[in-house]
Amino acid sequence: MTIKSILAAAIVAAGAATGAYADAHQTKVGFVYVGPIGDGGWTYEHDKGRLAVEAEFGDAVETVYVESVPEGPDAERVMTQMALQGADLIFTTSFGYMDPTINVAAKFPDVKFEHATGFKQAENVATYSARFYEGRAVQGHIAGNMTESNIIGYIGSFPIPEVIRGINSAYLHAREVNPDVEFKIVWAYTWFDPAKEAEAATVLIEQGADVILQHTDSTAPQAAAQAAGNVVTFGQASDMAEFGPFPRVSSIIDDWAPYYIARTKAVMDGTWTSGNTWDGIGAGMVGIGEISDAVPADVKASAEALRDSLSDGSYHAFTGPVNKQDGSVWLADGETADDGTLAGMNFYVEGITGDIPQ
Amino acid sequence: MIILEKRANPSQVWAFATPVLAVVLTMIVGGILFAALGKNPFVTIRTIFLDPLFSEFAWFYRPQLMIKGAPLVLIAIGLSFGFRAGVWNIGAEGQYIMGAIFGAAVGLALYPMELRLIFPAMVITGAFGGFLWAMIPGLLRVKFGTNEILVSLMLVYVAEQLLASMALGAMRNPDGMGFPGSRNLAQYASATSWINESAGMHWGVVTAFIAVIFAYVTLARHMFGFQVRLAGQSPRAAAFAGVNPQRLVLICLGVSGALAGMAGLFEVAGPAGQISIDFNVGYGFTAIIVAFLGRLHPVGILLAGGLMALTYIGGEIAQSNLGLPGAAIQLLQGMLLFFLLAVDVLTNYRIRIGGTA
Repeated sequence: MTIKSILAAAIVAAGAATGAYADAHQTKVGFVYVGPIGDGGWTYEHDKGRLAVEAEFGDAVETVYVESVPEGPDAERVMTQMALQGADLIFTTSFGYMDPTINVAAKFPDVKFEHATGFKQAENVATYSARFYEGRAVQGHIAGNMTESNIIGYIGSFPIPEVIRGINSAYLHAREVNPDVEFKIVWAYTWFDPAKEAEAATVLIEQGADVILQHTDSTAPQAAAQAAGNVVTFGQASDMAEFGPFPRVSSIIDDWAPYYIARTKAVMDGTWTSGNTWDGIGAGMVGIGEISDAVPADVKASAEALRDSLSDGSYHAFTGPVNKQDGSVWLADGETADDGTLAGMNFYVEGITGDIPQ
Repeated sequence: MIILEKRANPSQVWAFATPVLAVVLTMIVGGILFAALGKNPFVTIRTIFLDPLFSEFAWFYRPQLMIKGAPLVLIAIGLSFGFRAGVWNIGAEGQYIMGAIFGAAVGLALYPMELRLIFPAMVITGAFGGFLWAMIPGLLRVKFGTNEILVSLMLVYVAEQLLASMALGAMRNPDGMGFPGSRNLAQYASATSWINESAGMHWGVVTAFIAVIFAYVTLARHMFGFQVRLAGQSPRAAAFAGVNPQRLVLICLGVSGALAGMAGLFEVAGPAGQISIDFNVGYGFTAIIVAFLGRLHPVGILLAGGLMALTYIGGEIAQSNLGLPGAAIQLLQGMLLFFLLAVDVLTNYRIRIGGTA
């Protein structure tokens, strides 16, 4: 038998089975997580989105999740299993789930898939992401004002466009208020590993950084900064308010709940279509956490003004003139970046030292 | 008063009974743990240990057991030679990565040429990659007396860095829009290790079975097997019997490295498909548990590998169907080794209650 015929038989069986014991009106929504739901960052916020879906629809939905799923064949198995168990909609919440999502979706044409931060779509695979770089602009603005050593440490996860966008955006807005600012970037090659993240933070602090920005998901860098005493941090993905008002002076908060609710509703109504959603501060997908009193009042005011201008669309975080690292012109005066370039961004802007790992 | 009395000879009965007892104890304590988490312990245990084999969707899970179990068995078989002889290769994870990198390099270099010889060439270079990585701790121990446990373990982290560098640089897919990760070898007909994907059959599964048979024959019938067992039980006797300890170290590390390297190649050319930054998911470490759970015996390792694969797949089912946290599954797997080591006391000691010595 071919794969197709086995799966076709299976899908029929699965359909019959779910019909047999599940409430016919209940929509089943699955979530595949890359970290533990208690990571306090990325996965924690996705799980809050899941709980919001449950709260919104009550008994009309059933949600299931599997946490800490490695990006590879294991992810493919977990997704297949969810589809077999009758899921109608599956959110796969990490970049590395891209190919597994596409593979599994091809085998289950009636199940809808939503892949976070990727670029491959299909008839039943939509992609979604948030314009985190807008939040990075606000962070960079505050960081540039707060640093006294003029050295800002940045913990990168993986050198993929999403992370590089964040570094560029933060740098541009830090330099805008502080021309002497310098970025030191450490690559952790993990989304969630408290030990590695703490080590990276300590190394950066030892090199003179008095502000740490992180694109990893745990609170370990916050704790390292707290121990150092005079280092500023920002919450990542989640508010991390427990480290406020200092070292954590603000945060980028991912708010997936409205999107998850809307997409679940679309599946229930039969109006779901594939597509690509990329929302920012304006749509509420990216939130800026409370700027604490450790930040001077004038800086706080200008940061909030920046946030509001990003929110209402009057300002774009990548507005020219901006040169690439090699000195060539990227954006002319007044020009704003197009989404295509941003989606595949693999270069630093002028002024950042070091190379993107190749 | 409870007294432990050393047996004159290790008990044959307990040697076979302890793994089974460890599994039963794990189920009992795991059940208590699940009950404390508010889940029905019987349903949970059934979901983890039986659903992958007998549930409605078992036709999907059974092939997955082979996919998950094959690398574990293949690596554990290699490790078991060294562990019997007192050579502690803890770095199979690194050798697994190096095998994948070496083997994938051949396939990626020849893309998109279609030639039957490509896959066999990848298997050989994959095995060579693992072998080479294992020779580093081997030669360092033989020449300078370094500790192979530390060296092989540290080399795992070196291999991980190399893997990240490959995924981001030399092996990055030129058509991948700048994202890390190589081309997909599973979609390259001459390079894929798949035989039949829906049946869970790839060359790694076949090789794992061959390795089990080969190891069984070697240990039971071959001079090398005798030397390994002798060196483990009595190094002095082994020396008198003419066993060259340095050669034994190199052979044990070489065999385990080559098998781990092959496991990595089969994985990268099949289930994983591509070299990516976090391609390795810990098979090299889990295989250590599998080797001991299987009593370092080839058939035992085959069963233990199957059991371990079962807990992975059943664990995922329990997570998504019963809402069990992922950490509870890891705890269950850890418990398995813990109880095995604990009840192993019974193999070498007998318990006396209330008696005098």
